[in-house]
Amino acid sequence: MMDFWRRFRRNRGAVVGLCILVLVLLLSATASLLFPDSPWDMAAAPFMPPGEMGMLLGSDSLGRDVAAGIAHGARISLLVGAVSTAAALLIGVTLGAIAGYAGGIVDDALMRFTEFFQTIPSFVFAILLVAIFSPSIGSIVFAIAVVSWPPVARVVRAEVLSLRSREFVQAAEVLGKAPLAILLTDVLPNALSPIIVLSSLMVATAILTESALSFLGLGDPNLMTWGFLIGAGRSVIRIAWWMSVFPGLAIFLTVLALNLVGEGLSDALNPRLARRRA
Amino acid sequence: MDLTRLPGFLAARLAKAAVVILAIVVCNFLLIHAAPGDPASVIAGQSGAADERFLAQLREQFGLDRPLHVQLWIYLKGVLTLDLGFSHRQQLPVWTLIQARLPATLLLTGTAFVFAIVTGVTLGALAARRVGRWADSLITVIALTFYATPLFWIGLMLVLVFSVWLEWLPSFGMSSVGVELHGMAVVLDVAQHLLLPALTLGLFYLAVYARLTRATMLEVADQDFVKTARAKGVPEGRVLRAHVLRNAMLPVITFAGIQAGQLVGGAILVETVFAWPGIGRLAFDALLARDYAVLLGVFFCTSVMVVAFNLVTDLLYAVVDPRVEAVG
Repeated sequence: MMDFWRRFRRNRGAVVGLCILVLVLLLSATASLLFPDSPWDMAAAPFMPPGEMGMLLGSDSLGRDVAAGIAHGARISLLVGAVSTAAALLIGVTLGAIAGYAGGIVDDALMRFTEFFQTIPSFVFAILLVAIFSPSIGSIVFAIAVVSWPPVARVVRAEVLSLRSREFVQAAEVLGKAPLAILLTDVLPNALSPIIVLSSLMVATAILTESALSFLGLGDPNLMTWGFLIGAGRSVIRIAWWMSVFPGLAIFLTVLALNLVGEGLSDALNPRLARRRA
Repeated sequence: MDLTRLPGFLAARLAKAAVVILAIVVCNFLLIHAAPGDPASVIAGQSGAADERFLAQLREQFGLDRPLHVQLWIYLKGVLTLDLGFSHRQQLPVWTLIQARLPATLLLTGTAFVFAIVTGVTLGALAARRVGRWADSLITVIALTFYATPLFWIGLMLVLVFSVWLEWLPSFGMSSVGVELHGMAVVLDVAQHLLLPALTLGLFYLAVYARLTRATMLEVADQDFVKTARAKGVPEGRVLRAHVLRNAMLPVITFAGIQAGQLVGGAILVETVFAWPGIGRLAFDALLARDYAVLLGVFFCTSVMVVAFNLVTDLLYAVVDPRVEAVG
C-alpha cells in the first residue's frame, strides 16, 4: 500500500488532480452548509455580475446564485458519474468475464454484441434513451451505463483470456472448483488494476455526458446540474458571460482531475509501464 | 493488398454493415415498444399532440393489434424503403426533414474531420521529431485540456470571444439573414459561419490525432525496416513520409473509424450551440417537442453514417496496409 502511494505520488499531475478532486468532494459535501437556501431560490437581482450583491459568481436571469448552483450541482455530477460507472462496470465485467471464460460461440456472440454498441453513435443513443424514458436521474444513469460498458467488457475479456490458461487457474479447475467461484476468487481479483484505471476515466466521461444531456434540456427537472446552468446561460451569453463560464470551469476542473488521477493510478498499478514512459 | 481479393473483402464488409443496420432498426423497434405508453403515441410524437383518428390510423398502419413479429416485419419493410415515419409536429415525413438537413451536417462534420486529421497528424509528426521540446509538451497539454472540456462549452467560449467580444465572426446560423448574395460571396458567407462550429468540433479530435500520431511515429521510427531504408540511402524526408508516416497512419485510420460515432454525437451539441441547420439541430428541436419519430429517424441515419464511414476506413486501411488479408 505504501509502495502504491509512493508510486502514485511520483506523478505530479496525479497529485494535483487528487487535490482538485478532494476539493470538489468537499464542496459537494458542504453545499447545504455553504448555501443553505435552495439553489432554485431567488437570492439577488437578476443578472448581477460576479462580486455584486454578495453574489460571488454572479446571479442568473431569475436572480439565482450561480455559486450555489455550482455547489449543489457538484453533488449531482459526482453522483451520476459514480453510479452510472458502477452500473456500467457491472454490465461490462459480467459480459467480459463470461465471454473470456466461456470462449467459443458464447464469446463470439458477446463480442459481436459489444461491437454493435461500440459502432452506434453512443451520445445520440443516450439522448434517445433519456428522451423516450423521460428525463430523470434514473433514466440518465441508465442511458450512460448502457453506452459506456463496451470498453470494460473488452478489457475484462482480454484479461480473463490471458489469466485462464495460467497455472493457478488450472490448479483451481483440477481441484474441482466451480467456474463461477474461479472467476470471482481467482481470475477477477487479478484483473483489477486495469478495471480501476478504466473506471476513473469512465467517471470523467460520465460527468461530461451528463452535462451534455442536461445542456440539451434532458436533465432531471428537479435537480440543479452544471449542464443545466450552462444551458440556461447560453441564450443570454451576450449580457451574462458568468452564467456559462463558471459552471463550465467546474466541469473542466473535475474532469481534468479525474483524468489526471487515472493516469496516476495507471502508473502506480503498472510500475513497469510507468518506468518505461518516464 | 492484392487487388483481385478486393471484391471478396468488400462483400464481407458490406454484409457486416448490413447486419449492423438491421440490428439498429430492431433496436429502434424495441425502443418504441419499451417506451412507457402506447407505441402509437410514440410513433406520432408526444401523446396529446396527435388526435385520436391519427392514432387509430397509425395502429392500423403498423398493425399494432397483430403479433409482435408481424409488427417488426412491417416496421422493417418501412425503414428499408426509407419510410422513417411521419413527424406530426412538422406535418412532414421524417425522411424529408432529414434529407433537407443532411448536407449541412455533412459539411460541418466533414470540414471538422479534415481539419482535425490534417492539423493533428502534422502537429503529431512535428512533435515526434522534437520529443521533449516545448512543442511536444504543448501538444500534451492541449490534448489533456480538450479531453476534459465539454464540447458545447468550448463552442460557447468561442462565441463569447470571437462573436461577442471581438465581433469578428457570426455566432449562429449557416448564412447571413436578410442580405442577398451571389456567387463567391455566398461561399465566403457560409465559410464565415462554418469557421467557429467546425473549429469547436475539430479541436478535440485534433488533440487526439496529434497524440496518436506522435506515439505511433516514435514506435515505428525504431523499427528495422526504417533503419534499412536509411541504410539504403533513402533521403530523410522520404523515409519519414513513405516509411514512417505511412505506417503511423494505420492506428490513426482505425481510431478515426472508432471515433466516427462520437463525431456525429458531437455534431448534435455543436449544431445546437451555433444554431447550425443540420440534423443535430433537427434532433434538438425534436427533443424540445418530444417528437420521437424524428429522434428515432435521426438515430437511424446517424448510425448509417457511422457504418458507412467505418466501411470507408476499413477499405482505406486495406489499401494503406499491404498486410491486411481479404478475410472478413
